[in-house]
Amino acid sequence: MPRTSAKTKDRHDPIQLLTPQGEAVTDARLPFDPSGADLPALYRDMVLARRLDTEAIALQRQGELGLWPSLFGQEAAQIGAARALRPADMVFPTYREHGVAWCRGLDPASLLGLFRGTTLGGWDPRDVNFNLYTLVIGAQTLHAVGYAMGIVRDTGRITGTDRGRDTGSDFADPAVEHPVDPADPTDPTDPAVLAFLGDGALSEGETNEAFIWATTQSLPVVFFCQNNQWAISAPYSVQSTVPVAQRAAGFGLPGIRVDGNDVLACLAATRSALHTARTGGGPTLIEAFTYRRNAHTTADDASRYRETAEEKEWAAKDPISRVRDHLVNTGAADPAYFAGIEAEAQTFAEGLRSRCRALPEPDPALPFEHTYAEMTPELRRQLAEHRAYLTSLREMSDLSGERA
Amino acid sequence: MTTTTLAKAINDGLRHALSTDPSVLLLGEDIGRLGGVFRVTDGLCADFGPARVVDTPLGEAGIVGTAVGLAMRGYRPVCEIQFDGFVYPAVNQIISQLAKYRHRSGGRIAMPVVIRIPYGGGIGSIEHHSESPEAYFAHTPGLKVVTCATPGDAFTMIGQAVSSDDPVIFLEPKRRYWTKGELNGAPPLDLHRARTVRTGSDLTLVAYGPLVAPALEAARIAEEEGRSVEVIDLRSLAPLDTDTVMASVLRTGRLVVTHEASRTHGIGAEITARVQEEAFYALEAPVLRVTGYDTPYPPSRLEEDWLPGVDRMLDAVDRSLAH
Ligand SMILES: Cc1ncc(C[n+]2csc(CCOP(=O)(O)OP(=O)(O)O)c2C)c(N)n1
Repeated sequence: MPRTSAKTKDRHDPIQLLTPQGEAVTDARLPFDPSGADLPALYRDMVLARRLDTEAIALQRQGELGLWPSLFGQEAAQIGAARALRPADMVFPTYREHGVAWCRGLDPASLLGLFRGTTLGGWDPRDVNFNLYTLVIGAQTLHAVGYAMGIVRDTGRITGTDRGRDTGSDFADPAVEHPVDPADPTDPTDPAVLAFLGDGALSEGETNEAFIWATTQSLPVVFFCQNNQWAISAPYSVQSTVPVAQRAAGFGLPGIRVDGNDVLACLAATRSALHTARTGGGPTLIEAFTYRRNAHTTADDASRYRETAEEKEWAAKDPISRVRDHLVNTGAADPAYFAGIEAEAQTFAEGLRSRCRALPEPDPALPFEHTYAEMTPELRRQLAEHRAYLTSLREMSDLSGERA
Repeated sequence: MTTTTLAKAINDGLRHALSTDPSVLLLGEDIGRLGGVFRVTDGLCADFGPARVVDTPLGEAGIVGTAVGLAMRGYRPVCEIQFDGFVYPAVNQIISQLAKYRHRSGGRIAMPVVIRIPYGGGIGSIEHHSESPEAYFAHTPGLKVVTCATPGDAFTMIGQAVSSDDPVIFLEPKRRYWTKGELNGAPPLDLHRARTVRTGSDLTLVAYGPLVAPALEAARIAEEEGRSVEVIDLRSLAPLDTDTVMASVLRTGRLVVTHEASRTHGIGAEITARVQEEAFYALEAPVLRVTGYDTPYPPSRLEEDWLPGVDRMLDAVDRSLAH
């Protein structure tokens, strides 16, 4: 039986449901029945997401990718949030949500195209309701809000604005107290929107505009901020003097602060916030307090700006090992289970490597064809010019080949 | 003579400005301890302190908007925008505020602000990391828009930009950051002047920033084929030094303009219009443009062919001379 942590909780202590030692605990601020979570499945997701990341970094080192933003350390935040979603919900990621993409069922190889330079997008966002990656910091928060406005219009449902709501508290919106069972038939089926952002993104004007729009219209959107404590070289203290979750209050939306390395807390908070969104309760800002264990991207050198002691400290709070410990300690999984997942990860990695190399090279006509719905006469001329140029290049290299 | 890279030359220029003028300060994301993602500000925070080399929050509107306020207090802020594609959140502050303060205040308030932007493609980056936004800014009265092609120019031009009492958009051709050159070679030119970097008599080839080196290479190959191509590095896109371009075209009778930015409504269009207005009867051939296409910057696997390079420049030289 889970016990309640004896420690008195500071309001800003991140909510934890699974300790770094793998012990299940409860927190009055976020009631959650752990039997509502399939921990072995969450474990598998996290292992595969990490493997995806490791492989992509290796591919970058081999020159197969130009760049890779690593998710290492943020698996629990991403898998927890993503597994709270239903298929009809829409996700607006940044450029780091490879674990969320995995949970949405996106072909992981298509994530690689953007970083390999074969495409600027690489998938149809509507296929699995997972938007294209957004490289310009903060921009996607407004897209998420607009999408949520569309949902409200389409479903014609009552929003929090219509019934009026108290926006004074920074935690514990009434809905937060409602433990949500994904199979609960009383939970409305309306879709909601989940927008991801980093702690740095909170400083962009657009993010602040998104909060204003979402709260004043009480929109069905959840902002999930992975506070990995760094925006490239800038520590969180450059962006703010108060915790992310506390910043929500000024905009009038509830802020929930969870341990971002605890997959259960991330799952519970997101499920609850999505429920609030679906039932007309408006937006929530979730702060998953976590740590970016690798450099910002493969092009970054973290040793220039941060201490290894900090990195060590966070290694001890690894999101995957605590679930593993829990599964072992409770006897929920045996060595054969872990070996099976390891084997699956190995096969997955091999497949990813070969599929990356097999990603189709883009046709030179691609940018011309997709600049407008129909190619303009001018673009048609430019494409013809470009094709003629490429042909002449080929002829030239053929000629020089003959001479050689 | 000192040989250095273009990135280091800007670093030296900034260091010089910081040490000679206490009103100069740098603002930008990751410019302190990290030294900027291209290391252009490397070591400056260590030497001048975080009050003069300021790591800002992640907000471009904030970086430029606060620079406007600092300028009102007599400071000379030098802002770094991390990549070309991230300047757009700041465009409102740049175009609506920064560019117009002098005019709106009847000349009473100056905006000695520099906005440094690593720009252009050719380094295999992902989207939003290879943009050529110069025409947006050059189209805005009140802004000076300049770009350097060599370390020597980079050093003198950043100093001149910081001393300028007008706002300067300082475009740094990122694919040239690591190329080396002399620091104190050519005598410094005024910030607004174009430079003839190679003389010739058959055709004028106008380039700037990242394309000056390919243009020189094209001229060298053309010479092997018996053609004498004059190459002009514009350096300043606003104001445009049309005198230098015009004098050259009057001698050669032929003009090719090249830039990475897309063609329509670009810098090339403006130069073409000016030349036909003022040198129509000297022209032996239509003015030709060798530019990026009118598409978004392509995925990097396509960029090498998409970008105007030596071959396309030589084709244009041939076409012009065929007239
Ligand atoms: C508008 C904009 N400005 C600057 C950048 C360059 N940049 C890319 S990621 C990054 C830091 C982002 O930090 P955060 O929002 O905390 O997300 P994280 O990468 O840590 O997940 C910066 C400054 C950008 N992509 N977009």
